[in-house]
Amino acid sequence: MNTLLEIRELRIEARNAQGWTEIVRGVDLTLNRGEILGLIGESGAGKSTLGLAAMGHVKPGCRVSGGSIRFDGHELAGAKPALLRRLHGRRIAYVAQSSAAAFNPAWRLIAQYCEGPVRHRLMPRRQAEAEAVELYREMRLPDPDRFGARYPHQVSGGQLQRAMTAMALSCHPDLIVFDEPTTALDVTTQIEVLAAIREVVRRHDAAAIYITHDLAVVAQMADRVKVLLKGEEVEEAATRRMLAHPREDYTRSLWAVRNFQPAPRAEQARPEPILRIENVTASYGTHPVLKQVSIDVPRARTVAVVGESGSGKSTTARVVMGLLPPTGGGVVFDGQPLDPVCRNRPRALQRRVQMIHQMADTALNPRHRIREILGRPLEFFLGLRGRRKEARIRDLLAEIELEPGSFIDRLPGELSGGQKQRLCIARALAAEPELIICDEVTSALDQLVAEGILRLLDRLQRDMGLSYLFITHDLATVRSIADEVVVMQNGAVVEQGPKESMFRPPHHPYTEKLLSSVPEMDPDWLSRVLAQREAAKETA
Amino acid sequence: MLRTLKAAPLSAKIGMLLIALYAFVAIFAPLIAPYPEAGIAGARYLPWAAPHWLGTDALGRDVLSRLIYGARNTVGIALLTTILAFVLGATLGLLAATLGGWFDTFSARLVDVLMAIPSLIFALLILTISGTSAMALVLVIAVLDSTRVYRLSRAVAQDILTMDYIEVARMRGEGLGWIVRREVLPNAGAPLTAEFGLRFCFVFLFISALSFLGLGLQPPTADWGSMVRESAKLIAFANFASWQAATFGLAPLLPAGAIALLTVAVNLVVDWILHLSSGLKE
Repeated sequence: MNTLLEIRELRIEARNAQGWTEIVRGVDLTLNRGEILGLIGESGAGKSTLGLAAMGHVKPGCRVSGGSIRFDGHELAGAKPALLRRLHGRRIAYVAQSSAAAFNPAWRLIAQYCEGPVRHRLMPRRQAEAEAVELYREMRLPDPDRFGARYPHQVSGGQLQRAMTAMALSCHPDLIVFDEPTTALDVTTQIEVLAAIREVVRRHDAAAIYITHDLAVVAQMADRVKVLLKGEEVEEAATRRMLAHPREDYTRSLWAVRNFQPAPRAEQARPEPILRIENVTASYGTHPVLKQVSIDVPRARTVAVVGESGSGKSTTARVVMGLLPPTGGGVVFDGQPLDPVCRNRPRALQRRVQMIHQMADTALNPRHRIREILGRPLEFFLGLRGRRKEARIRDLLAEIELEPGSFIDRLPGELSGGQKQRLCIARALAAEPELIICDEVTSALDQLVAEGILRLLDRLQRDMGLSYLFITHDLATVRSIADEVVVMQNGAVVEQGPKESMFRPPHHPYTEKLLSSVPEMDPDWLSRVLAQREAAKETA
Repeated sequence: MLRTLKAAPLSAKIGMLLIALYAFVAIFAPLIAPYPEAGIAGARYLPWAAPHWLGTDALGRDVLSRLIYGARNTVGIALLTTILAFVLGATLGLLAATLGGWFDTFSARLVDVLMAIPSLIFALLILTISGTSAMALVLVIAVLDSTRVYRLSRAVAQDILTMDYIEVARMRGEGLGWIVRREVLPNAGAPLTAEFGLRFCFVFLFISALSFLGLGLQPPTADWGSMVRESAKLIAFANFASWQAATFGLAPLLPAGAIALLTVAVNLVVDWILHLSSGLKE
């Protein structure tokens, strides 16, 4: 018997105000021993729900309404808690997206590792600890002998994710469910975690379900890929075949996202800079975060700032916006020096620089209706009132492709993630700015939705001559929209220049590392990059 | 708003109904009460029978009428005190969180000092000095209770102030008034409302406790706390052999029951509001 997990005609319903809605609609899934299956789709496609269902678990407020989940002879749909307790951890393990939230902050890592095997009476604690160290070593964690003695907050996000994978392997399970394990990580960290996960899963001959929305990642990890859309299967095929010959239009549209390319610009000469950041140094308390940063943003152009988290990208934006006064250097906008503190800047000047945040959720006041969110900047900066304000709000909504009539009285909670981000763009546009700082505006969105946002930003730039300072860690985005690129590391600019030259060698070593860490759709990419890095290390 | 009320669970509906009943009784006390608040209506210690349905007290005053007027005095003063405590505490708390700096430090330490003194002792001290007028009672309890409201609203506001929409407002150059009133306050509404209900109960019990000690509302004003005090001893002397005789001993339980029932009703509604506000956060 080679089949480990067999899901037939599975239906899962979720409760909402109107009653029960189906969120998984009759999905089949077969997983053989030692095989890795990739599940991809946008958010709301039912990937995570299906992943949890493979463990016989449904989230509170959901129920299995039909179909069967057979795991190695056990029926998990509607199984008794006692059976699930015996299987969970022991034979089926789970790796969550946010390991920081999944670890108990009050216990050392190794204590949490040992909990599973000791509780399931597989081995004495001493042996579990020895195996933990061995797994930490396989996972290429630093100082594996003493790594387990640390608390979760004392290690980095990538290390924590690997520690979590080690924990999942502690009972030698037959099946591991990975739910977006690298989504929250930087590309340079992601590649290490991917390599570690892939190697260890293969070595321990476990089967895995790998859930992600990143096609390039799934291409590296999975033997087979299943595409989901709104709770239904779109298609399933072996990874190589799926990449080469996607059968369905929806799958092709997923593939195409990464290829968004705006039309080339007409004029070639570099316009005068609208924003000059000159030798800015800044610190949080005594901790220095920016060291002599200088960036120019030409008028009606897009300058992308890339780098991993903690490299000072967002801090640069905060300095420009006047939220963090720099300790040295200054910011010049259109020839006028900007006051370090936003409160002291004249309103007419502050109007011309706007910012869009990464998390649209927290950037919109949940108690304000759209009318007020868009109306306030109109009133505040342009002095519009009454009917003229109302008309302008409707124009703005039309501009961001939201139907004014049905949206104007909604609260942010009644919008989808992409719609919220569009609303944030509209709020920035309301002030009629010349420069917009975009802080990771597409990072929290699905690829299709993110592409829509990029298209919108591109159109607005063409129509209104806007300049963008575009902060991102996603190099695919940079490739598609940037005119110039600035690479930051540890609070300093390591390289900057026009996009064409930045993506052409020779690179600064850090840029090189960043570029080579971006997953490609080629299923051999991960192995190739790892081999190259290994070779480079040997020659060095 | 109406739809939210309709969707309320049964417990909250019962709570709201009881509160409405108390409010009705308090507002229309002179119309409902069969006898005057302080006038002697009959013989002393009459049992529960017509025309004195809940008997008479040690001076021969009608207990039912005194209960009804007591709702007006006790609940009215408690409500006034709670509102005052909230206006004071929430304003200072929200300002402290938003302004930060020396104002925050100074006000927080001041509140710490006030909270360090046991509130009952502090109230007793002040009321002994100032005399026990209703005004002094309201002011003293309002100031003491506003410290708790200050703590809560400051903590809630600090959470809200880390949100990006506050940053957006600051970047726009909005003034303090806008940020506190339009950005912070609407989001602090739910926890503050819930706290209002709880605080109201505490104030109410506090006044009753002070009255019980003889420093609350002064006789002959009817209030539930002093009614308990006046009749507390009766339990010990009551003859529980027959139902008629037992009512004599039950006298202290009536005002105590009125206090307990209102506390429960308010808490039922508060629970529901807390539930609503936690649902909104998702």
